[in-house]
Amino acid sequence: MNGKKLAFKIVGWAVLVIMLLVMYFPIAMVIGYSFSSAKAIGGSGHFTFAWYAGLIKDEALLDATVNTFVIGIVSGLIATVLGTVSAVGIYYLKRGRKSVMNAASQITVVNAEVVTAVGFYLLQLFLRDTLHLPVEEGMGWLIVAHTMITVPYVILAVTPRLSQLNPNLAEAGMDLGAGSVRTLFTVILPQLVKGMISGFALAFTLSLDDFVVTKFNKGDVSTISTYVYDGLKHSLNNSVRALSTIIFVAVLVIMILFNLFGSRKNAGATKKRKRKTPVSVAGDQ
Amino acid sequence: MRKRAVGKGIFALPYAAVCVIFVVFPLLLVVAYAFRAPEGGFSLSTLADVFTNPSNYISLLRTIGIALLATAICLLLAYPIAFILAASPFNKIAVLALLFVIPMWMNFMLRMFALQSILSMMGIANTFAAAIIGLVYDFFPFMLLPIYTSLVNLDRSYSEAADDLGAGAVTTFLRTTLPLSVPGILSGITMVFMPCFSAYAVTDVLGNSDTTLIGRKIAVLFDLQEWEAGSALSLVLLVLVMLTMLIGTLLQRRNKAKGSASAVPNAGGRLL
Repeated sequence: MNGKKLAFKIVGWAVLVIMLLVMYFPIAMVIGYSFSSAKAIGGSGHFTFAWYAGLIKDEALLDATVNTFVIGIVSGLIATVLGTVSAVGIYYLKRGRKSVMNAASQITVVNAEVVTAVGFYLLQLFLRDTLHLPVEEGMGWLIVAHTMITVPYVILAVTPRLSQLNPNLAEAGMDLGAGSVRTLFTVILPQLVKGMISGFALAFTLSLDDFVVTKFNKGDVSTISTYVYDGLKHSLNNSVRALSTIIFVAVLVIMILFNLFGSRKNAGATKKRKRKTPVSVAGDQ
Repeated sequence: MRKRAVGKGIFALPYAAVCVIFVVFPLLLVVAYAFRAPEGGFSLSTLADVFTNPSNYISLLRTIGIALLATAICLLLAYPIAFILAASPFNKIAVLALLFVIPMWMNFMLRMFALQSILSMMGIANTFAAAIIGLVYDFFPFMLLPIYTSLVNLDRSYSEAADDLGAGAVTTFLRTTLPLSVPGILSGITMVFMPCFSAYAVTDVLGNSDTTLIGRKIAVLFDLQEWEAGSALSLVLLVLVMLTMLIGTLLQRRNKAKGSASAVPNAGGRLL
């Protein structure tokens, strides 16, 4: 039995290492060649910062990067607020309405993204041409669209936290005279912060990654995805190597900080809760 | 208690309203445009064109074919890997983070740029194989995750019982482990097969004219402001997605029913 376990461990390590190599090899090559003068990745060249210098001058690529982050952060924040409030609402709905809302929130998740993208484009046409509303493709519309496609994921991130809530706390809030809204903000929401943070992270990543919905609704605005896509089909400035490297390193650092900060904060919260409200600790078990 | 529960349900209202405007209504618009003639008025000809114009249905069939191929390769690669990882005594969260979360950190198009660089280095960029490699590279984690989760959470007592009763390793795997991981496989298949329909950017950047997916065709039609033709293709895609979902649900349900019949109550359903 022990030999079998050891064999599985060795093979497991081998498989894991090979997978990681395959997965990260392309990214590692891009990072390496971001410091090389070689025209193509795999070619020979000398050490240089030229692509980083070029990146500062490449206004179109910088614009696309800024747009990507603005859309990601703004739509992520709106989605987090809307998603959290909706998760609370859906959680307390009665069975029939609850399943209708759950199904509705899954439509964009399940649907082919192209169809969602087409839908947003047609909606924008309808609002502008038929209802004469001041709606058009571009930043604002992209923020709306990205919010709508990421809200379901925030709901998914927050709902499990809701089911771990101690119902007595909300009851107590109501008994002490707080209305629904006040109970939501002062009792329920503070307990959902962790779910909200992971919901935001998820929404932000998905928005950053999005191509199809953005492509259909962007108008003249570019994001990293659409800019690189157009570049790969025509000609792409090698500064993209520098951008890839910066983004990869930045995200790595953010994630590490996030994890350190997150685990410490979590430890603090547990301690505090143990001290202040023994009821909720008992309820958690 | 009930009265209060209804009170808090009010918070679902804003989302319900937003859903109707931004999710349900756009789908109705897609249907409306699909049945519209470019000059206005009701028409079936745009929709009929999807099935009579060879360039349309060939593109659709090709998309289905490529999606099936990429899904099959993902499954064949992911199952053994998930099996080995699940059987080895690794920290579950660390494995998931390394294989699933970290690749997601980077923008998908930048990952495609990296992959394209490597494939051109190998001299196989802009081929059919390159397009398939791209899809597999992009979607592999989505196949691995559900299968790995279903295998890790598997109730080992069935395999142990089979083992005790003298079944060989192969029989044990085929009669207990594999059937119990079917929900994971099914969910992996839907998580790869359906997104492939929309992943035209991958095959565009890495493949050639033989790998143009239906999504690309719709994008071109919308660029040309041929909204009716684009919507007709989208509607067909929508119906295909619904059919796939339906088949998936039926298979899951049948699997569950079969599971309880053979005295393995809900061991699978619980995993998802």
